[in-house]
Amino acid sequence: MAEEYKPKILGIVCNWCSYAGADLAGTSRIQYPSDIRLIRLMCTGRVDPLLIVKAFIDGADGVIVSGCHFGDCHYIEGNFKAAKRMFYLKRVLKSLGFDDRRVRMTFVSASEGAKWAEVVKDMINTINELGPSPLHKEAISASSGSAGFGGADTDMAEIAKAGKMLEAAPVQKK
Amino acid sequence: MTEKKPNRVGVFICHCGTNIAGVIPIEELKAYAKTLPNVVHADNYTYMCSTPGQEKIRTAIKEQNLDAVVVAACSPRLHEPTFRKASAAGGLNMFIFEMANIREQSSWIHMKEPEKATQKAKDIIRMSVARASLLEPLDTKYIPVEKSIMVIGAGVAGIQASLEIADSGITTYLIEKEPSIGGNMSRLDKTFPTLDCSQCILTPKMVDVDRHPNIKTMTYCEVEKVDGYIGNFTVTVRKKARGVKEADCNGCGDCAAVCPVTKGNEFDLGLGPRKAIYVPFPQAVPLKYTVDFNSCIKCELCVKKCGDKNAIDLNMKDELVEIKVGTIVVAAGFDLYEIEKKEEWGYGRFDNVITGMQFERFINASGPTGGKLIRPSDGQKPHNVAFVLCAGSRDQDANPYCSRVCCMYSLKHAHQIMEKMPGVVPWLFYMDIRAFGKAYEEFYYRIQDEGAKFVRGRVSYIEEDPATKNLIVHAEDTLLGTPVTLEADVVVLASAIVPKATTELLRNKLTISRSPDKFLLEAHPKLNPFSTSTDGIFLAGCCQGPKDIPDTVAQAAGAAAAAQVPINQGKVALEPIAAKVSEELCAGCGICEAQCPYKAISMVSLADGKRRANVNDAMCKGCGTCGATCPGGAIKMQHFTTPQIVAQIDAFLLGGGQ
Ligand SMILES: Cc1cc2nc3c(=O)[nH]c(=O)nc-3n(C[C@H](O)[C@H](O)[C@H](O)COP(=O)(O)OP(=O)(O)OC[C@H]3O[C@@H](n4cnc5c(N)ncnc54)[C@H](O)[C@@H]3O)c2cc1C
Ligand code: SF4
Ligand code: SF4
Repeated sequence: MAEEYKPKILGIVCNWCSYAGADLAGTSRIQYPSDIRLIRLMCTGRVDPLLIVKAFIDGADGVIVSGCHFGDCHYIEGNFKAAKRMFYLKRVLKSLGFDDRRVRMTFVSASEGAKWAEVVKDMINTINELGPSPLHKEAISASSGSAGFGGADTDMAEIAKAGKMLEAAPVQKK
Repeated sequence: MTEKKPNRVGVFICHCGTNIAGVIPIEELKAYAKTLPNVVHADNYTYMCSTPGQEKIRTAIKEQNLDAVVVAACSPRLHEPTFRKASAAGGLNMFIFEMANIREQSSWIHMKEPEKATQKAKDIIRMSVARASLLEPLDTKYIPVEKSIMVIGAGVAGIQASLEIADSGITTYLIEKEPSIGGNMSRLDKTFPTLDCSQCILTPKMVDVDRHPNIKTMTYCEVEKVDGYIGNFTVTVRKKARGVKEADCNGCGDCAAVCPVTKGNEFDLGLGPRKAIYVPFPQAVPLKYTVDFNSCIKCELCVKKCGDKNAIDLNMKDELVEIKVGTIVVAAGFDLYEIEKKEEWGYGRFDNVITGMQFERFINASGPTGGKLIRPSDGQKPHNVAFVLCAGSRDQDANPYCSRVCCMYSLKHAHQIMEKMPGVVPWLFYMDIRAFGKAYEEFYYRIQDEGAKFVRGRVSYIEEDPATKNLIVHAEDTLLGTPVTLEADVVVLASAIVPKATTELLRNKLTISRSPDKFLLEAHPKLNPFSTSTDGIFLAGCCQGPKDIPDTVAQAAGAAAAAQVPINQGKVALEPIAAKVSEELCAGCGICEAQCPYKAISMVSLADGKRRANVNDAMCKGCGTCGATCPGGAIKMQHFTTPQIVAQIDAFLLGGGQ
């Protein structure tokens, strides 16, 4: 890499634990690299894997999903469900030849400001090792207009229609 | 995904004194914000949260005809409510507001890299504007509240909470799974640090509960099922078959006198006997007998003896009753750690190793030995009694936390021995004595003066002399730096306080969380120690964490007050961040129903016979789990819609503005 490569990392964090933990890192004035941008959701349970796919299509080099520790979820088990989805997403990405280290699920509580800084540093190190995402370049050329996800949405609508047709099937009735 | 014009956004940048402005050039940010799509106005101020700062927002909304407000300042966890109100004061729906956190998430963590901090702040603002452009108004709905409260568990916490609630005129259902109310406190002899007799201070409260016109005490009852939500809970309670009709039993005890079956009394931790028909202790409230059907042989001697009173029904069956309440206080208390797991101390193997709670029963005048501490092996009076503090507490192999009462109750036990049994020496093996409460440290000094012996160090193991059944206690005195051994007649293990195993089941029924130590989780450890993450459910006493009686009572009163608020308001506001199902897109697969941790989604059949998911707004907490799983994209997670999140992702990665 000739010029300085700046990784683009998206963090999707829950309001109650990891966002609060990241805030605490701030309040404690812990200094860590600036390559991450956060999206705050109420719960990691909200994280649809397609959102992560969308981030990669847009050119993200890495995505961290971070929630509460197991047993601490504000919504009982949203983090558990998210972890399960992340597990499957990583498998799918891997099978497509995409390095699954670019996605990471972590658990950082509201009192773990220092841990949050470590999580971010560690992710940045990993991404620096892996280099830019293979989707990076194409994404930029393909992204004129709102590509990608809109398409996925239409697919989804198609599937939903199919679902409606299936409704008559006996399994669905109960 | 309706075609709606994006909002006209106003951006307000806060200097936060020098907290932000000292690192990031505010004018540059403002100029940048003006170039962003949909931004029609940008302004800045030293402290946006101050009155003049908020005034800027209000006037700009009117003058610039804004649809949405973005404040770039501190964390939304701090000032989102402040600025939501300011936007509302300007005439906007308060949910069309977004905070760009450029302080905690930028200026403070990149203080030494101002350029990077500035770039990041721009990105954060750009992402916030993208989201704000798509925010939609949400309505806060109100629902009426059932005017009654349920308290689960009738230890001192549940008793105190019930009395506070009932005194204010609200109907209270007090549910206790044992035959009597009172909980662990009714087992205790004296209470530190004042040494008042536990029964003497608790029994009057128990009687008050029994007599209170607003308290419906339901003993020998368990929570079977909880449906509903704040303001409208429906609790199904299992009234376990007691074998005795409460209304007809006058507590005479004739039945127990003739019952041929004898068993260890659980209330005395097995140290004393009870019959198959019994009251757990003489001061039990209600003073109604209970048949233990596990040991009853159905000889019917009791039935005959009871005679005309006809109070006994050996064919009684469990009954289910439904109770509607507005809020719930959980006061399910604690258990003691299974100290036999610490094999090195020999509990369960050596007769003369007992727990602190068993000590309470021995030393209690109404206990199985009439108030005398004896060696369980031979009934003799002991000479040396060793106390092992932190037994299973502050121990990475057992429970990492401090149980908060063992130091103090062991000091109390030492005092009781020296007072009641002159000549007997108490030896306390401790890590450090935690005497943190009012008059506690003074109590510690007093026990030292009275002649108790203190050894600072953990007991590594205990051996039994098979001939005498005496115990050889091995420890290290860390103050002297030497190993010590002590021959003791009795060893008392101050076993740790742990949540009741059954609390886990209760927790699932109530859908509340627990902390890693397995105690029930409070909404905020400092500012809201008696609420839970589920609206309308509150916590009191040791189910939330180890506590002494003063703290238990204080928390119970707090929980009682908090539980009354919705009742007194008569209505509760629903968090409008809820899931919404599109009838058109929903295929009726039911995947979301299984995903929702709050059982807020149910599948309903429409008039045309189709199945559709239906979200109960009052039960939905807005986690969004359903929205993330619906394969048809039929669930719109309001305030966190897919287009809103995607807009943020796009804004970050694809840019916008100059
Ligand atoms: C050996 C020992 C000595 C102590 N000495 C002192 C002292 O001297 N001074 C002091 O201040 N503190 C002392 N404590 C601490 C004191 O016992 C506690 O602070 C107090 O008992 C806590 O009360 P609680 O109501 O929270 O719990 P508990 O007393 O445990 O009451 C909980 C009640 O809820 C019931 N319950 C549980 N689950 C359910 C359910 N699912 N449905 C219905 N009912 C349920 C239980 O049966 C029980 O009656 C001592 C503790 C120990 C272990
Ligand atoms: S019927 Fe049961 S409870 Fe009654 S006396 Fe016989 S054994 Fe005891
Ligand atoms: S958002 Fe969460 S709480 Fe609301 S219906 Fe969906 S899964 Fe249930």
